[in-house]
Amino acid sequence: MSIQSEDVLKIAHLARLGIQQEQVEAYTSDLSNIMKLVEQMNQVDTAGIEPMAHPLDQSQRLRSDVVTEVNQREALQQNASDTEDGLFLVPRVID
Amino acid sequence: MQWETVIGLEIHAQLATKSKIFSGASTAYGAEPNTQACAVDLALPGTLPVLNEQAVRFAVKFGLAIGAHIAPYSVFARKNYFYPDLPKGYQTSQFDKPIVGLGEIDIEVAGEVKTIGITRAHLEEDAGKSLHEDYQGMTGVDLNRAGTPLLEIVSEPDMRSSAEAVAYVKKIHTLVQYLGICDGSMQEGSFRCDVNVSVRPMGQEEFGTRAEIKNLNSFRFIEKGIAHEVERQIDVIESGGKVAQETRLYDSNKDETRSMRSKEEANDYRYFPCPDLLPVEITAELLDEMRADLPELPEVKKQRFLEQYKLSEYDADVLTTQRAIADYYEDAVSFSDGETKLVANWVMGELSANLNQYSLDVAASPLGAERLGGLVKRIADQTISGKIAKQVFEFLWNSEVTADEVIEREGLKQMSDSGELGKIIDQLMADNPTQVEQFRGGKTKVLGFFVGSIMKKTQGKANPQEVNKLLQEKLKE
Amino acid sequence: MYNKSLKELSNSLQNKDISSVELSQYFLNRIKHFDGELNSVITSNEEAALVAAAEADKCIQSGNAGLLTGIPLLHKDIFCTQGLRTSCGSKMLDNFIAPYTATAVGKLEQAGAVMLGKTNMDEFAMGSSNETSFYGGVKNPWDLNTVPGGSSGGSAAAVAARLVPIASGTDTGGSIRQPAAFCGITGIKPTYGRVSRYGMIAFASSLDQAGTFAKSAEDAAIMLQAMSGFDEKDSTSVDKPVDDLLAHLGDSIKGLTVGLPKEFFTDDLDDSIRETIETAIDAIQSAGANIKEISLPNINLSVPAYYVVAPAECSANLSRFDGVRYGYRCDSPKDLEDLYKRSRGEGFGDEVKRRIMMGAYVLSAGYYDAYYKKAQQVRRLIKNDFVEAFKGVDIIASPTAPSVAFSAGEKKDDPVSMYLSDIFTIGVNLAGLPGMSVPCGFIDKKPVGLQLIGNYFEEAKLLNVAHQYQQLTDWHLAVPAGFEQEA
Repeated sequence: MSIQSEDVLKIAHLARLGIQQEQVEAYTSDLSNIMKLVEQMNQVDTAGIEPMAHPLDQSQRLRSDVVTEVNQREALQQNASDTEDGLFLVPRVID
Repeated sequence: MQWETVIGLEIHAQLATKSKIFSGASTAYGAEPNTQACAVDLALPGTLPVLNEQAVRFAVKFGLAIGAHIAPYSVFARKNYFYPDLPKGYQTSQFDKPIVGLGEIDIEVAGEVKTIGITRAHLEEDAGKSLHEDYQGMTGVDLNRAGTPLLEIVSEPDMRSSAEAVAYVKKIHTLVQYLGICDGSMQEGSFRCDVNVSVRPMGQEEFGTRAEIKNLNSFRFIEKGIAHEVERQIDVIESGGKVAQETRLYDSNKDETRSMRSKEEANDYRYFPCPDLLPVEITAELLDEMRADLPELPEVKKQRFLEQYKLSEYDADVLTTQRAIADYYEDAVSFSDGETKLVANWVMGELSANLNQYSLDVAASPLGAERLGGLVKRIADQTISGKIAKQVFEFLWNSEVTADEVIEREGLKQMSDSGELGKIIDQLMADNPTQVEQFRGGKTKVLGFFVGSIMKKTQGKANPQEVNKLLQEKLKE
Repeated sequence: MYNKSLKELSNSLQNKDISSVELSQYFLNRIKHFDGELNSVITSNEEAALVAAAEADKCIQSGNAGLLTGIPLLHKDIFCTQGLRTSCGSKMLDNFIAPYTATAVGKLEQAGAVMLGKTNMDEFAMGSSNETSFYGGVKNPWDLNTVPGGSSGGSAAAVAARLVPIASGTDTGGSIRQPAAFCGITGIKPTYGRVSRYGMIAFASSLDQAGTFAKSAEDAAIMLQAMSGFDEKDSTSVDKPVDDLLAHLGDSIKGLTVGLPKEFFTDDLDDSIRETIETAIDAIQSAGANIKEISLPNINLSVPAYYVVAPAECSANLSRFDGVRYGYRCDSPKDLEDLYKRSRGEGFGDEVKRRIMMGAYVLSAGYYDAYYKKAQQVRRLIKNDFVEAFKGVDIIASPTAPSVAFSAGEKKDDPVSMYLSDIFTIGVNLAGLPGMSVPCGFIDKKPVGLQLIGNYFEEAKLLNVAHQYQQLTDWHLAVPAGFEQEA
């Protein structure tokens, strides 16, 4: 399946990646080449094979319902570019 | 044309856990912004989720209560989209393998019972909140709520009127509180509904295009929002238009729904199993434990109240809407020596009025069931009259004393002694010969004058039945 | 000094022949002297390191020292270190200082190791040559015109140049084994779940696993022992006791069966690589091991399956870098979408963007079954092949990489050929098995790595085979020219 430049624009938007117009062509061809590699998977019949999401067959461990965290707002917000009154600031969101 | 309304609901019930679904941060409501958002909740790089056991148990409890299939293995998936209140850029939810499968619940509207299918219920994390007050023209993001466990309960499109929808929501609302898995507060947002509404010509099998209405945060708004949306859709179709599949926001001030443009963009959530979380296994042991732990459910409790306490349909209904009220009632009955009807009256009357006045939950009532039961007992054995009982109630509400102590201390014991009462009546008749004549002349209304005067004289303590009886006897002599 | 084993260094420390402060200073000097050219260390921790070394000296004085007490090391810059920048090789995190320390790093800290700094790496661990780093490429000490491999290129180059005795790394598709091979050192990636991923910035969560670089299998074992173990903060961490990795290093490998997957030894394999590997296998056979051909029928599909699974996971894992709570934020965003698109567009490099897009594509509506689900099914087939193979063998051996270190720039603009340089290592990550690379010779003065793959949780056996091999050979002791002198 060859990837078209529209596909690149669509997925770049889905992934919120700003890409330069002049790079679209290069991404298109790179992604198409990677898809060719990926499509080698079609050599094998996988009908009825249970998809594998994790390397180990284990089930989820559960944590007891205990509050273990204390307020560390100051430390945790040190890497934020823009905060006020303890809030993270972003450009205005209109609902 | 005759139109039929089709309604399905998605209810988000915040689970009443102490800590978040994937982190050890507190879920308490109303904290300062971002003081309850830990590194995991903020999606700092390298942080990882670990699932809260209680959230799983609560989901299982709900599933058992609606007779649903509980998945032996359920899977968390990532729902990918960008929004400032979603720190990871994906919501950890469940997609094709939810923890609770198909179940059902009965609702009753205008005496008719109808079964509503519940497609599924799944666990997921709540998002934070965007605050749109002006911060230098910016939006503020508070992530305290991010990661609060939610159970999303998805119904089948089985409802055909706003009344049915409201009955269903109320039913689920009662149920989750009964199970103790959600505090049910619609105001604080711990119980939220999104409603899918469509209309179709009566008799048509195919569904119409549906709109999803959000922001319906009270029973009344659900009713009004649906009614409004149905009208709007019919108008659109009848004027030759087409209903758009979209998300609409209910505006309670204007009583209308409006399109949410920001959500119009076609979503492609790219769900896939979350690699940071393993499949959740529900063992047979856990199921047994949860089954044993299941409380008596509202329906069953109501039936039992009807039979065991011989209550009216209405009383049984009111008393079983909240589990805490029902428990209070039963406790009070046991301390009243089985005065089922009288206790019901006091719980639904005086107690409820006081709780409402002070905006208290029954759990926070300053007057416990034991003391209320003690009060009712004294009414029943005629130690005090109903009227005096209201005074006693005030004492009980405002302090720690028992009814017996108040009655004793304040000397409120009812006068039932016919000798004593007789003397008072004799005196009264002697002082008011005119009224005695009037009565004997057939003006029985003056009886009220006598009763009133006796009550005044005895400061309300006279046993009204006894007074009546004696007066009748003496006046007729 | 620089070529001493951990046991030797530890002995010197405990005999007070040298203090940890002196030892740390010694390696800090080597870094200062040699790394200007190599570019393997991107953040120095000198000041704090000397404080930690002084602490270690106190611990040694009090007689409570372990094998790692006072030993200097470097951490790949993918591990969060409280108070010291963690960049993950990206402009996105150029200013990021984590408010916590990764569990694996914390365990080594507990063991008394002294962190001298953080090493260069491919951006977000995406790369096989270390050329995608925001901080520039790393040079391979064996040939400065070639790459050190990736993504843990900085750690591998630093240990190879003897800038430090040991270093940490992570391996998602070969990111420890391939650079270990290219740099002529020993590197091990344990079983998935053996080392906690908490505080290790995620690339592909179901594949990422931390491990160690060292000169020898013995040193790698000492470091891995300290890093391993259950962590309640990581749901995928395995709650299973860690074997005593050192206790088995003396075991005889007589009678052990080593499997050679025929799919890895085809006509496509470079002749000189084949010869070098065969010589190494002969040595292992001479120690009493049986050699047996095996088949991993679906292993050739590991690269295709990996380039669906890894990008899919990374596309979601990297969504959190949105310029809001940390990380690069573009200048004066005009609206929310602009904030996201420019912060991410400007903060991520090309390879990262390529993989995010790839991941978004294979998960998008209509493609999930054809790509993502298919890849997960292929993944199961590959795992099953290994499970089947391990019924008949103790260890699987192969080349670590299809070539020796390639020239800088050679594959930079050809993602697919770059991806294929991990052809022998990727299957191990898909299956979650432990794997390592040990130096086994040179081709044109460039090191060759022998890959050894163990069964689940059999790190002890795996390390012992490598150790026994290193008893018979001294490839692992070779020091690249120019780095033998003292700083």
